[in-house]
Amino acid sequence: MLDLYGTSVSSRLLLGTARYPSPAILAEAVRASQADIVTVSLRRETAGSRTGGAFFELIRTLDVKVLPNTAGCHTVQEAVLTAKMAREVFATDWIKLEVIGNHDTLQPDVFALVEAARILTGEGFKVFPYTTDDLVVAERLLDAGCEVLMPWCAPIGSAMGPINLPALRSMRSHFPDVPLIVDAGVGRPSHAAIVMELGFDAVLLNTAVAGAGDPAAMAAAFTGAIEAGRTAFHAGMIEPRDMAVPSTPVIGKAVFS
Amino acid sequence: MIMRVLIRGAGVAGLTIAHELASKGAEVEVAETAARAGGGASWFAGGMLAPWCERESAPEAVLTLGRGAADWWDAALPGHVVRNGTLVITPPRDTAELARFAARTTGSEWLDTESIETVEPGLAGRFRKALFFRDEAHLDPRRAIAALQEKLVAMGVCFHFGAALDFPDAGFDRIVDCTGACAIGEATDLRGVRGEMLILETPEVRLSRPVRLLHPRIPLYIVPRENNHFMVGATMIESDDSGPISARSVMELLNAAYALHPAFGEARVIETGAGVRPAYPDNLPRIGVDDRVIHVNGFYRHGFLLAPSVAKDVTAQIIASSKAKFAPSAGLFKPAFPTEHRNANPLEIGASR
Repeated sequence: MLDLYGTSVSSRLLLGTARYPSPAILAEAVRASQADIVTVSLRRETAGSRTGGAFFELIRTLDVKVLPNTAGCHTVQEAVLTAKMAREVFATDWIKLEVIGNHDTLQPDVFALVEAARILTGEGFKVFPYTTDDLVVAERLLDAGCEVLMPWCAPIGSAMGPINLPALRSMRSHFPDVPLIVDAGVGRPSHAAIVMELGFDAVLLNTAVAGAGDPAAMAAAFTGAIEAGRTAFHAGMIEPRDMAVPSTPVIGKAVFS
Repeated sequence: MIMRVLIRGAGVAGLTIAHELASKGAEVEVAETAARAGGGASWFAGGMLAPWCERESAPEAVLTLGRGAADWWDAALPGHVVRNGTLVITPPRDTAELARFAARTTGSEWLDTESIETVEPGLAGRFRKALFFRDEAHLDPRRAIAALQEKLVAMGVCFHFGAALDFPDAGFDRIVDCTGACAIGEATDLRGVRGEMLILETPEVRLSRPVRLLHPRIPLYIVPRENNHFMVGATMIESDDSGPISARSVMELLNAAYALHPAFGEARVIETGAGVRPAYPDNLPRIGVDDRVIHVNGFYRHGFLLAPSVAKDVTAQIIASSKAKFAPSAGLFKPAFPTEHRNANPLEIGASR
């Protein structure tokens, strides 16, 4: 079981709820994924009104824990305000904190992120910060009161998969006891399996499922890959080497090369 | 005995059903709370009859039910439908989006720089690759609604504008409720999906067909209209808020238009608008029967595309019910209401007067 701010969750897949072909297909995908947590963008879906209306109603009926996010926020002030709005709408103190620093790459503004995280944890929020794989930023976020980190493995929606494996490995070994959730950049199930094999605790996805030809089937595929990666991490993988190793012992043969 | 039908709502759904019923000899009246026809979601529609493109994210039913739409509009309103196809393009850095779009759809062919210039000279030299959906069409929704209303009046359909919500339905054999987004909150599972659009005017860009610009975050389309006007749309936001367009949406729509052709930078903004599309959870329209009231709603962003085939279905149901009980047909007939209400007490319309 994965422990996030004192809450135990069994699924290691967190699913985004944006840009599905229809709410019906979104609901199917969430069911097929067996995810315990879905993330919901407040800013984009409310269009100025604070009720959220039918879409939020649908999310509430999915019977999963909601992790609201501050997607689309570019400043500390916007992100803090959106987090407070989310707390009202979904009656939760969880917040996935995104402060975007670049409109084009959607790279997080890590300076504003740390500041917003400090303000929000001070107000009792349980902050899940969307960050880069930078270790110093990670330290600062932990200092600011975050107990979970969500590093990207590639830019949001890019579907490139882990582009800097050494950085992810080093993050895992620097923070062995902090729940690390890879958020953003995962395009296919094999990408999710790779980061889980590195020992990451969970994966958060949206576009890879929402944009698939059959989102529900893709959600199930990711669930399988994430479980496989997690199991492999615990099972202890062999290391690659640059020569062939016969699986049958060669002792007793004439030449031992 | 002539069948008398009251239609509530003079949007694209109400008017197409009125047309089908009146063509079959029914006596039709239309009650509309607004002062004019097509003032709801229809007013902000793109008017693209593009079932192959829509298949990218819509279920198969949108293609099967929508492929006859251009023929229907052409027959009902000769001269309104432009059959020039649809062009789908991406900025050079997003060509992966084009491949994804092609993989999810059928009915297109690839164009290279030269053939783009041949098909759409106004975009010459601007894009290296495009998808061309040759069989698609478009119309101007506002002109089409006005023309359809005029035709219906000539056919003897009586319109009541500024009608009360509870416009009396005594004496009618059937009531068809086509009130669209006004039914949000009353019809089970019906929700609003906000759409924002703008209209630009420039003599410097020439397009002869709708152009869809694929972008990972800001997909948009531009539909050419008369008088050098271009409709640019449309956002898809899960909300039933119909308030004015947001600054961000204006910025994104204009950015994308500018990316399509820099001359849009000099265009004049003639209009901005925001409306609410009525939609069910699967984003497909539903026909629900509740005694003598038939509810038709949930056209989402496919009003002009799907209204003709739904209108034919509804009309066939009403005609069949005048001789026999209602029976589901065409696979569209989903119970929008508890099943015990369906098929209940079918009126023998032929004997009702």
